[in-house]
Amino acid sequence: MDNSLAISIGSIFAWAGPVIFGVMGETITERAGVMNLSLNGSLILTAMVGFVVGTTTNNFMLGFLAAALVGALIALLIAFMSISLKQSQVAVGYVLAVATKSLAYFLGAPYVGKPVMLLPQVPIPYLSEIPFIGAILFKQTILTYMSYVLVFVCFWWIYKTHQGLILQGIGERPSAAYIRGVNVNRMRYIYTGIGGALVGIGGALYSLSVKTWNGQLSGFDGIGWIILAITIFGSWHPLKGAMGAYLFVLLQYLGIVLQPLLPNINSRIFQVAPFPLMILALLFVNIGNADWVDRTLAGLPEDVRRTIAKILRAMRTSPPAALGIPFEKE
Amino acid sequence: MEKEKTKNPNQNSFLFNLLTNRASSMTLAVVFALVFTSLLVWMMKANPISVFQTIITGAFGSTNNFTQVIQAWVPLVLASLGLMFTFTAGLWNIGMEGQIVMGAIFSYGIIRIFDGSDASSALVIILCILAGILGGTLWAFLVGLLKNFGGVNEIFGGLGFNFIADAVMLFLVFGPWKPEGVANGSTKMLDTRFWLPQIEGTYLSLWALGIAIVCVILVTVILQGTYFGLKLKAVGKNNKSSFLLGIHTNRYMLLAFVLCGVLAGLTGALQVLGFNHVLRNNISGGYGYIGLMVGMLANIQPLITAPIAFIFIALSKGAAGLGIDLKLDSNLAGVIQGALVIFVLIMDGVRKVLIKKFKGVQSG
Repeated sequence: MDNSLAISIGSIFAWAGPVIFGVMGETITERAGVMNLSLNGSLILTAMVGFVVGTTTNNFMLGFLAAALVGALIALLIAFMSISLKQSQVAVGYVLAVATKSLAYFLGAPYVGKPVMLLPQVPIPYLSEIPFIGAILFKQTILTYMSYVLVFVCFWWIYKTHQGLILQGIGERPSAAYIRGVNVNRMRYIYTGIGGALVGIGGALYSLSVKTWNGQLSGFDGIGWIILAITIFGSWHPLKGAMGAYLFVLLQYLGIVLQPLLPNINSRIFQVAPFPLMILALLFVNIGNADWVDRTLAGLPEDVRRTIAKILRAMRTSPPAALGIPFEKE
Repeated sequence: MEKEKTKNPNQNSFLFNLLTNRASSMTLAVVFALVFTSLLVWMMKANPISVFQTIITGAFGSTNNFTQVIQAWVPLVLASLGLMFTFTAGLWNIGMEGQIVMGAIFSYGIIRIFDGSDASSALVIILCILAGILGGTLWAFLVGLLKNFGGVNEIFGGLGFNFIADAVMLFLVFGPWKPEGVANGSTKMLDTRFWLPQIEGTYLSLWALGIAIVCVILVTVILQGTYFGLKLKAVGKNNKSSFLLGIHTNRYMLLAFVLCGVLAGLTGALQVLGFNHVLRNNISGGYGYIGLMVGMLANIQPLITAPIAFIFIALSKGAAGLGIDLKLDSNLAGVIQGALVIFVLIMDGVRKVLIKKFKGVQSG
């Protein structure tokens, strides 16, 4: 009884794996000043590629590698078109989000219904013996463990290393980084490519572990957009982003668990629940940036004003200053 | 620096002219897109030529197929025209899809009120269209409000409202509005007297077609022939300067959303009255999403949306036969459309970069 509950809660961490990979990939991409808006399509395409390569070669490793490669290629195409050809990142990202989704369904159609293989669980010795917690956290697949580690690696890289300082620099004040001898555009290419590869691993994780490739991944289309929103919600910080990801998956999980209590309502309505919450979350973190809020606050009595301003400041996030702006040395 | 070093020896070369001339570079983009899709088709062990033949026959092979293309052109061109307003103001209205859905829901709501009454059909149809417009506008206005006063980017606000609109639709067609006894994701069919008159034996309504053509002209005049259009363009090109010059940028951006919502709502109403004759899940048909690609290619020139929307819809409708004839997935249409836009963006970028790089040499 106790154990089945633990396994059930453990599945939240397994489901969150792909979301974590996506959020971390997007976080470092946007930290470098590039927005990869193609996430919804690239996740579906890499899920397809990972599944097809993994099942036909019977090798998980190759599936994940191929998916990472495809994810990186899509991201590099965005980098090329926006950095080198100066096209709008939003435009390029949107078209790729739509086109790669169609591409996945077109190329993946013959593989629908092929035998499935799921990444095996590898319990960690000793740690998985811990009562309750062990069954939740340490009876997972290798990639889920990697998703835990990835969060801390990203955090350490961005905030504790010299390279991370440069990464923050090219996203916040690229001209200052350039004066210090950083090749801004090359670094942006590199980080966009790495971010894309992480997204690709996330996609393959969906089709090889969490769900499988059945042509139209139900409840999966739309997750790319949620990941983009979680990145903002997490204010481009790996730990906050991870928190957002787990929160989102928890909500999804609750939707599935609670649905039998309301049998009259179509199950697909529950899958929509995260989206209004996404809007609300974005509203909370952004409203402090609006002019009219400042103006209204100025009219309030001092002590009230201070309290509200403090709350707003605590929630507020602001993006890397140079996000989406091409860098030109002039 | 490096600009001086490259003295551009090939200034008059054939390749340079080919890439910097707008017409030839766009032609190249189309060729590249076709070559790319041919390669994909070949990878799937099918013959590219027979694929393109199937698409062309599927779109134009018979009067029936051709009227289907024209019928589907109406919602796509209306959606693309609506997006002209938001694109001109520099906004990305991804929420188009949900605005179309809301238009359809509102317009069907009026049908339910008058179902079984003996009100004149013309009056009910006009009310339906107005209600549809109201629904689309409301949904667009919400996205605009969130953008202007909540700082929520219109892409995420719009997407969120798309999913909410879908949920409302599902709730209605599986819940209070489902036909007696069955729940199959659609309502019962409209009384035929509420249908827009159609050409005998087809789904094409000349009324809908007429409305679309009038809208093409109207939007072109508003955006290219009025002071309002000019100001909207200024807001899109340089928001900060326009604000400093005394344009109420927030008001203009909201207005762009509202006008876009008007056309979205109209699209939704026509989908109910002129084509589907029921309210059903996925009634928006993805026209909002495809419309964004059409709008990007049209580059804020409303008149151009008409031919581009025609090509895109011919691809979509033509590809429907791929599954039956060649055992290929019909999503190939989306791949071709995406490839077209991507290659156009690439060639446009190459052209601009080349011109910028060698501008000094040209003038000197």
